[in-house]
Amino acid sequence: MKSRILSRIFTTDHRQLGILYLCLALAAAIVGTVLSLMMRIHRVWPNMMVPGVGLVKPENYLAMVTMHGTLMVFFVLLIAPQAGFANLVLPEQIGARRMAFPRINAASFWISVVAFLVLISGAHIKGGSAISGWSSYPPLSALPAAGPGQGLGMDLWLISIGIFCVASWLSAVNMLATILGERRAGMTWSRLPMTVWGWLVTSILSLLIFAVLLAAAVLLFSDRHFGSSFFIPVGDMIDGRVVGHGDGSPLLWLHLFWFFGHPGTYLAVLPGMGLATSLFANFTRRRVAGYRVMAGGLVAIGGLGLLVWGHHMFVSGMNPWAGTAFALTTMAIAVPSTIEVIGWLATLWGGGFRLKTPMLFALGFLSFFIVGGLSGPILAQPALDAYLHNTFFVVAHFHMVMGLAGVFTVFAGVYYWFPLMTGRMMNETLGKLHFWISLIGAYGTFFPMYFAGLAGEPRHYDRLAGPATSFPSLVPLERGITYSAGLLAGAQLLFLWNVFVSARRGMVAEPNPWQASTLEWANGAAYGRIESGPYEYELPAGAEGFHPQWEPAAKEE
Amino acid sequence: MPPDGSLRGAVVDRLMFWNLIAICIIAVVAHLWLIFAVLRRRSAGRGFPVLIRWGLVGAFCVMYTWMALTAQRVWAASRFTGPSLTAMHVEVVGEQFQWYFRYPGPDATFGATRPQLVNAAAGNPLGLDPKDTRGADDVVSSVLVLPAGREVDLQLRSLDVIHGFFIPGMRIKENTVPGLVLHLHFTPEKPGTYPILCSQVCGMGHGRMQARLMVLAPADYTVWLDQRERTRQQAEGE
Repeated sequence: MKSRILSRIFTTDHRQLGILYLCLALAAAIVGTVLSLMMRIHRVWPNMMVPGVGLVKPENYLAMVTMHGTLMVFFVLLIAPQAGFANLVLPEQIGARRMAFPRINAASFWISVVAFLVLISGAHIKGGSAISGWSSYPPLSALPAAGPGQGLGMDLWLISIGIFCVASWLSAVNMLATILGERRAGMTWSRLPMTVWGWLVTSILSLLIFAVLLAAAVLLFSDRHFGSSFFIPVGDMIDGRVVGHGDGSPLLWLHLFWFFGHPGTYLAVLPGMGLATSLFANFTRRRVAGYRVMAGGLVAIGGLGLLVWGHHMFVSGMNPWAGTAFALTTMAIAVPSTIEVIGWLATLWGGGFRLKTPMLFALGFLSFFIVGGLSGPILAQPALDAYLHNTFFVVAHFHMVMGLAGVFTVFAGVYYWFPLMTGRMMNETLGKLHFWISLIGAYGTFFPMYFAGLAGEPRHYDRLAGPATSFPSLVPLERGITYSAGLLAGAQLLFLWNVFVSARRGMVAEPNPWQASTLEWANGAAYGRIESGPYEYELPAGAEGFHPQWEPAAKEE
Repeated sequence: MPPDGSLRGAVVDRLMFWNLIAICIIAVVAHLWLIFAVLRRRSAGRGFPVLIRWGLVGAFCVMYTWMALTAQRVWAASRFTGPSLTAMHVEVVGEQFQWYFRYPGPDATFGATRPQLVNAAAGNPLGLDPKDTRGADDVVSSVLVLPAGREVDLQLRSLDVIHGFFIPGMRIKENTVPGLVLHLHFTPEKPGTYPILCSQVCGMGHGRMQARLMVLAPADYTVWLDQRERTRQQAEGE
């Protein structure tokens, strides 16, 4: 019995690892959500005592923001859509038996767990967790005297991120090698499911950007402990003492971090965009409108994503001419993104869907992708960003287009692939309830933030009341956001309940419950060469049914 | 957005307005499309016309080009050229968690500063070097007071960490970065008081790192500056 549990935990089986990755993301998401609720409550009722914390001090609030951002970005959005789902279905989707490097795969998971534990241990040490936000700009992040949490808390943050980089890099090597080397005969580029295109792009991006972030983290750690001065300018002063002795530049960190940070956000949504494409095809029973264009769009978004990091730095002191260049590359990304959205809308145009829960979440993803994405071209204009930068407008933008869009595809994926994980279906009624409450709660939480941002409210303020302004007109809006956030978080209890109950007592799933044509649903059927595309849902001449990839192509009569 | 009090603010506001209108219309149309598709029974199986798809993509490309070009002109007008030669100069210094504003005084030149000399308790928050006579007439204030209608060139510095200098009412924002001196120029037009906010997380006091901009009629501004100069001289006389 004991050895069975151990072998289940220290497994090299990719599907088990996928489930473990999803569990890790779930743990991080629960902590991150609780933190966000505490922040929301504190903003509206600043004098309320929080159990375990007491009165929330400004540094507590900033530590919560930092942990919320780090957990949600690194340990939820960079894990669940990538390593989570890819381990679950990627080998099957390309007709492989296993990942290219199962042991590296397992090692990468356990390294991620270590990174997670190191990160959350910051809450229990003296001074608390780091307070410099998930982007950790130096010198604030380089000098322990710059604030509570910037001592050991900041060290733990850096170590955790460094470890996480190694894990993600290994995971990307494994994923890329699998996609390039393990495809079944006949699984050509134009027969890959769109999710595989997503993972192909994200694994290449991961290889490039996690190397840079790891280097940046090592340099910053060296500034903190080994007397180097990569990011600290000469004469820099903290807490009444001059500490800057070398001629470093804080802007260097911004460049290195955002070279990672911007493509990093694409890791969160590209696999989800692929999944949404698959789900739209499946639940409308149509081919994907313009498969090659859609796949090319994902590649273009990934490629351009490496060239736009400077749009986080329009007002950082970067040369304004560089701002212009980054504004143009950023605007260019809107084009492939628009092509994707129009491709989805064209697929959906004919109507006649099966509105199952995975499809609902995919549609929710599309809604957030549109509403969040459209604010992108506004932020891409330096003239407007000079007002909106670091206001709640930006908070609304990335929570919609990365956070909600990403998380909704994760939900879609869990509902869709649940039968593969447990052999059972999730409850449809609870699923639909979960969707509608989440949709309302999410819009109620994040849409009003656009207005708060337009009113000029900056990020990272622990309370509205300040010496120069208290944003009195925003108080009702802030209250509404907090109530909606409560609703949104409450809806997730339905999801958890549904997962746990359905895993034990859910309806036993049929072999291919969604009548899907991609290979993860082959269910052990023996098949040879792949002879058809991934979305053969429309058969010619009014024939019923569809053509799964594991069946040989019909002979031309 | 809060009321605009600067010369170029109206241009930014107009740009913002048209952009918001454009994306709101697109978002609404896209959602009507979605709702229509959800409610629609299955059509005769004809796919969506490819020509219209590319037409739509083309239309969006035109819109993005329009956005990029119009915004670029506004950006270039405010950032690619320096201030006029007649602009007044004020130094802005960010420090955890306080803004200081330094006026060069009658000699129109800032005195040298050294971080080693910074001592707020002794009345020298910026580390002015007493050996530099150019700094003798410098005035340091915790309120940014400016005359209406005159262009100002701000020199942004930070003593410790990165701060964000943000005046919503003037539609301007630029980080203050230790080790760099950055410039930002604008013309306040409407007299009044405007909040100055820190827009880059800088430590535990970030949310309270605020100051005020007071835009005065030119005559009132001269009175204020004379008064500050007199207090400084009195302090020296004691």
